[in-house]
Amino acid sequence: MDIKGYVRKGRYFRWKKLYGRGMDLAVNIGHLKLKNPVMTASGTFGYGEEYSEFVELNMLGAVVIKGISLKPMEGNPSPRICETPCGMLNSIGLQNIGLKRFLKEKLPYLKKFDTRLIVNILGNTPQEYVKLSKSLDDVSVDGIELNVSCPNVKKGGIILGTNKKALARLISKIRQSVKKAIVITKLSPNVSNIQEFSKIAEDAGSDAVSLINTIPGMAIDIETWKPKLANITGGLSGPAIKPIAVRMVWEAHNAVKIPIIGIGGIMNAEDAIEFMLAGATAIEVGTANFVNPKATIEIINGIEAYLKKRDMLDVKELIGGLNATESHNNLND
Amino acid sequence: MSRYFKAKIINNLPLNSKNHLLSIEPLEQVINPEPGQFYMIEVGNSYDPLLKRPFSYFRKTEEGIQFLYTIKGKGTSLMKDFKQGRIININGPLGTGYPKPEKGYTPLLVAGGIGIASIFSLTETFAKKALILYGARNKDEIFVLNELKALTDELIISTDDGSLGEKGTVIDVLNDFLTRQSSLATRHLLYACGPKPMLEAISKIATDNGIKGYVSLEENMACGFGACLGCAVKTINGYKRVCKEGPVFSMEEIIW
Repeated sequence: MDIKGYVRKGRYFRWKKLYGRGMDLAVNIGHLKLKNPVMTASGTFGYGEEYSEFVELNMLGAVVIKGISLKPMEGNPSPRICETPCGMLNSIGLQNIGLKRFLKEKLPYLKKFDTRLIVNILGNTPQEYVKLSKSLDDVSVDGIELNVSCPNVKKGGIILGTNKKALARLISKIRQSVKKAIVITKLSPNVSNIQEFSKIAEDAGSDAVSLINTIPGMAIDIETWKPKLANITGGLSGPAIKPIAVRMVWEAHNAVKIPIIGIGGIMNAEDAIEFMLAGATAIEVGTANFVNPKATIEIINGIEAYLKKRDMLDVKELIGGLNATESHNNLND
Repeated sequence: MSRYFKAKIINNLPLNSKNHLLSIEPLEQVINPEPGQFYMIEVGNSYDPLLKRPFSYFRKTEEGIQFLYTIKGKGTSLMKDFKQGRIININGPLGTGYPKPEKGYTPLLVAGGIGIASIFSLTETFAKKALILYGARNKDEIFVLNELKALTDELIISTDDGSLGEKGTVIDVLNDFLTRQSSLATRHLLYACGPKPMLEAISKIATDNGIKGYVSLEENMACGFGACLGCAVKTINGYKRVCKEGPVFSMEEIIW
C-alpha cells in the first residue's frame, strides 16, 4: 500500500512509523536490548572474525562466541564431522584458545562492533564456570551463555545440564558473581522434561534460556563397519532437528516467563519466525552459517520483509503468537 | 569482491565413467585463486545433502574456473547432473595454497589420481622448471596429458595396471627417481597431492631422503573458511584447520 492508501484508511501515523522511522526489530533479553532477534549460535561463528568478510557484524542482534574454557582445549581427533540427512554430526570437542588468549587476542577485535557480545563458557567444575563468568563480566561482555549441554566432552557440559540439583546450584552461584552481564543457560534437549529444566534455570536466576543444543547422535559406515566420527558419537544439528527444537521452545514457553532463545536448524527467516511464534524472543543461527555464511543477514532481512508484508510494526508481536486452538498445514501443496 | 558468490555452470563434461570436468563462470567480481587453494561448491538445492563440497582449484580457461571431480557419493552424484546454465552458490578461493618456489631447489611435483587437479594449478608457477610424477589406476584416469607435456620437459606417468607409462604406483616411481638421483636428491622440493596413504608414504620417503616438501590434504569440512573446526588435522604444533592453515602443509609438520 502506498502513502495515499494509508491516508485514505486513516492509518497515516502507522505508515509513518512503518516506513518513515523504520520498523521495530528490537527485542529484550533481560535488561539487554538487541537491535534484532538474530544471534549466532556458539561454535558455528568462530570468534566472529572468521565471518567478517561475509557479514557486517554490526547488523547482528548479538554475536555468541564459541565456548571458552579456562585452559585451552585441543578438541577431539578427526574425523570430527560427518553429514547426515538434512543435518550434520559434530564432535569438535570444544576446541578453543582458552580464556587468557581470548581476552588478549579476540576480545579487542570484537569490541569494535556495535553488536551485543555474548560469550559461551564451559568449565570442568562449578568453580571454573564462576571464574570464567567473573572474568568476562569484568571486561564488560554483554552476556554469558552457560554451556551445560555439550555432548562431546567428558566433564562439565551435558553432565551438569542434566542433573537438576547441580544445575540449580551452578546457576545461582554464577548469578551471584556476575554484576552487569546477562546470564543465559543453554539447555540440553537430552532431558525427559524440558519444562522442568527451564524452570530450574529461571528459579536459579538465569536471565534467559537458550535451546536446544545438539542432539546426541551417531552414524556408521557400512562398508568398513566403522563409526563415521573418531569420537564415535557426536551432536546432531541442522534442519533435521528443527521440529524437535520448535516443540521444546513451545514447551519451555509454557513453563517460564524469562525469554527463550530458540536454536535448532534455523536456515532462513521462515524458520526463525516459526521459533518466535512458538515462544522464542530471539533465535540463534548455527549450522546455516556453514552452508551460507551470509545466512544471518538474509534472516534479518527476511524477518523485516515478512513483517512489512503483514503490515506489522513490531517483531515482538511474533513472540509466542502461536494460535494453538486451530491447526493448518498444506501437505499436498 | 567476495569469497561467496553466484556462478553459472558453463559445462560439466564427463571425462570417463566417474570423472568430470566442471567449468563455472562467476556472476560477480571474484578473488583470483592461488595454486593449491580450493572452493566449496553447492551441490543441491535442498537440505539433503546439506553442506557444500570442497574441490581443488584446477585451472582457469576461457570457459571459466575449472574443477576436476570424481563421482564418489551423494554430493558428487548430484553434481554430475549439473546442467549448463544452472546458477549455484560457491565459496572461494579458500585456504592456504602452495608456498612460493624456493631458490636453489628443483620442484618435484607428485600427483596421485584426481590429485592432479591441485598439482596442475602449480605447473604454471614453475613454468618448465618442474619435474612431474603422475600416477593413476589406469590410462582412462590420466587427465590433461598433453597440457602437462607442454608444461614440463620431464613428466613420468605411471599406472597401476601399466596401461600407460610405467607400471606401478607413483610411490614406486618416486623411489626409483630418488635412487637414480642419489646425492642430488636433496636438491628437490616436493609438492604432493593425492590420497592420504600416498601422501603419508611420500612424507616418509622424503624424511628418509632428507628432502623437504609440501602436501595438500583433504578432510571432511562443513564451512571451508575456518569456523566449524571440523577439518582439524594433527600437526606437531597441535591441531590445524585443513581449510584455513591448509590444505597445503609442510610435510614434516603433519602427524600421520
